[in-house]
Amino acid sequence: MNSRTFTCIICPNGCEIQVSYEGDKIHEINGNKCKKGLQYVEQELTDPRRTIASSVRIKGAELPLCSVRLTKPIPKKDIFSVMEKINQADLTAPVHIGDVVIKNVCGLDSDVIVTKDMERLQ
Amino acid sequence: MNRRDVVIIGGGPAGLAAAAALKKAGIHDILIVEREKQLGGILRQCIHDGFGLTRFGETLSGPEYSQRFINEVKDLQIESITNATVIDLSNDKVVTIDTTEGLLKIQARAVILTMGCRERTRGALAIPGTRPAGIYNAGVAQSYMNLYNKMVGKNIVIMGSGDIGLIMARRLTLEGAHVSAVFEILPYPSGLPRNIEQCLNDYNIPLYLSHSVIDIKGDPRIESVVAAQVDEKQKIIPGTEKEFPCDTLILSVGLIPENELSLSAGVSLDGRTKGAIVDENFQTDVPGIFAAGNVLHVHDLVDFVSLEAEKLAEGVSRYLKEGSLPEADIPVETGSNIGHVIPQKISGTRDIQMSLRVRRPVKKCRLVISQGSHTIKSIPMPKAIPAEMIQLQLKADSFISKEPVEVRIDE
Ligand SMILES: Cc1cc2nc3c(=O)[nH]c(=O)nc-3n(C[C@H](O)[C@H](O)[C@H](O)COP(=O)(O)OP(=O)(O)OC[C@H]3O[C@@H](n4cnc5c(N)ncnc54)[C@H](O)[C@@H]3O)c2cc1C
Ligand code: SF4
Repeated sequence: MNSRTFTCIICPNGCEIQVSYEGDKIHEINGNKCKKGLQYVEQELTDPRRTIASSVRIKGAELPLCSVRLTKPIPKKDIFSVMEKINQADLTAPVHIGDVVIKNVCGLDSDVIVTKDMERLQ
Repeated sequence: MNRRDVVIIGGGPAGLAAAAALKKAGIHDILIVEREKQLGGILRQCIHDGFGLTRFGETLSGPEYSQRFINEVKDLQIESITNATVIDLSNDKVVTIDTTEGLLKIQARAVILTMGCRERTRGALAIPGTRPAGIYNAGVAQSYMNLYNKMVGKNIVIMGSGDIGLIMARRLTLEGAHVSAVFEILPYPSGLPRNIEQCLNDYNIPLYLSHSVIDIKGDPRIESVVAAQVDEKQKIIPGTEKEFPCDTLILSVGLIPENELSLSAGVSLDGRTKGAIVDENFQTDVPGIFAAGNVLHVHDLVDFVSLEAEKLAEGVSRYLKEGSLPEADIPVETGSNIGHVIPQKISGTRDIQMSLRVRRPVKKCRLVISQGSHTIKSIPMPKAIPAEMIQLQLKADSFISKEPVEVRIDE
C-alpha cells in the first residue's frame, strides 16, 4: 500500500488530501472538502491532466499577441507538443472570445480558443 | 465645474463591479476614470485560467473574466473615460483628471477608490551587489511576455514565492526558458498551494524555502545570483551560500496598495494593510470616499474583489440616498496571529462581511471573534495560511455592545 499527499488544484481552497492507494485503487482518502477532490486524485493516479493558457501572434490588432487557452484538460505529457502547435499558429484581427484557433489540437479532443476580444486597428 | 453623483477611480474588476452594482441600485450618474487605454485592470495580462470559479462556476482566464464585467458596464450604459489619469483628489471630493483633451475637474458626491496595487521593487529589499540589466518585477515580465511578445530571458531565477512569480515560472517554462530555482526567505510559501503544485511541482522547479538571494553578479547583464539559507531570524547561515547562473532574475516579493490619491484626500491608512481604514460600508474616514479591491488590501482572488466592490456599492447607494451613513464607533482589533482585518471599525447596525489573513501558517486552530468576554463566533479551521484570505459574514445582532470586537486565532 502506498500513501501520498495531494494538493487539489481544482479550486482555490487547495485542499491537502491524504490518500492511501494501491495502483489506481484508493483505499482511504482524507482532507478533501468536496467530492471533486476525490475525482482529482483518481485522475492524478491514472492520467494526470492540465489545461494550459498561452498567447498567439496576431496581425492587425493594437497589440502583437492574443491570449488563448484550452477548452479541456490534456494529458500532462502532451503539454509541450501542444505548446509547439500554439506557437506555430497566427491570427488576424478582429478576433473574439471563444473563436477557435486550433480545433482538436494534437488529436486530444481539446480546442485552443481565443480569450480576448481584439478589434482591427483602423 | 462638472458635477457627478459618483466618480470611480480605476476601471479594473473592483471599479467595474462597483459601477454595475450601483447602476442596478438606481444610481445613474456614474463616471469611471481609467488611466490605461482599455478598461479591465491588471487581469488583461493574467492570461492563465482559474478565475471566476466562485462567481461564474467555470474557470476563465483573466481577460475573459474582465470582459464579462466590461460587457455588463457597456450594456448598462455606464459612462467611462480611458487614457485618463486622476492626478488629484481633494478632501471635499473634487477629482482632477488628466485627459487627452486637457485637465478636467469634477465635483463628486461620492468617490470610489479602486486604483489597485503595484509591485514591491528591489529598492524595497536592499540586495547588495551590482545593478545589472535582466532584473524584472514578475508583473512587468508578465506584461512583456503576455502583451508585447517580449521574452525576458532563457535562464531564470525567481526571488519570492508570491503567486505572480509562480505563475510566471510556469509561463516561462512553457515558452522554453529554464527556471532553475525559486527562493523564499520565509519558511513557508507566500503563494497559494495550488500554484505551488501546478506551476512548480508540475515542471520540477525547485522551491527553496528559508533562502534568500544575497548577491547579484554580472555587468552589464546579470550572470548569476548567490543564494543562502537563513535561520528563523532571517540571518544568513554561513557556509550555505550557493551560486546559481542565470540571465534573468524575477522578483515576486509582494504587492502594495496604490494610495497616493487616498493620502492627498486625507484618508487615513492602516499600517498593516497599507490601504485605507474602512467601516462595514467600505467608507474611509473621509465621508463619501469609499475603497475596495487591491487598493484596500491585497487580494489573491479576483472573485473576492468583485464581491467586495458589490458590497461597497450597497453602502455608496445608501450614502447617496440618505446623505450619510451610521457612525462606525466600534473598533475591530487584530488579536493573536491575525495579520490584518477589514473592516477596521463598524457601526454594529448592519450585517458585515469580514476579510482577514493570518500572520503565520497554523493547523487545527479556531478563529475566534469576541466582544469583551462574549464570544460572537468560534470557527474550527483545519488549516489557515497567510496566502489565503479568510472571509466570513456576521449578523448585525451579533454585536451586543459598543466594546471593541477582537479577532484572533486560538491554537
Ligand atoms: C501583476 C499582477 C498579477 C495578478 N495575477 C492575479 C491572478 O493571477 N489571479 C487573481 O485572481 N488575481 C491576480 N492578481 C490580483 C489582481 O490584482 C486582482 O485579482 C484584481 O485584478 C484586482 O482588481 P482591482 O480592480 O482592485 O485592481 P486592478 O485590476 O489593478 O485595477 C486598477 C485599475 O486602476 C487604474 N488606475 C490606477 N490608478 C489610477 C489613476 N490615478 N487614475 C485612473 N486610473 C487608475 C489602473 O490602470 C487599473 O486599471 C494580480 C495582481 C497583479 C498586480
Ligand atoms: S477538494 Fe474540493 S474544495 Fe478542496 S480544493 Fe479540491 S475542489 Fe476545492
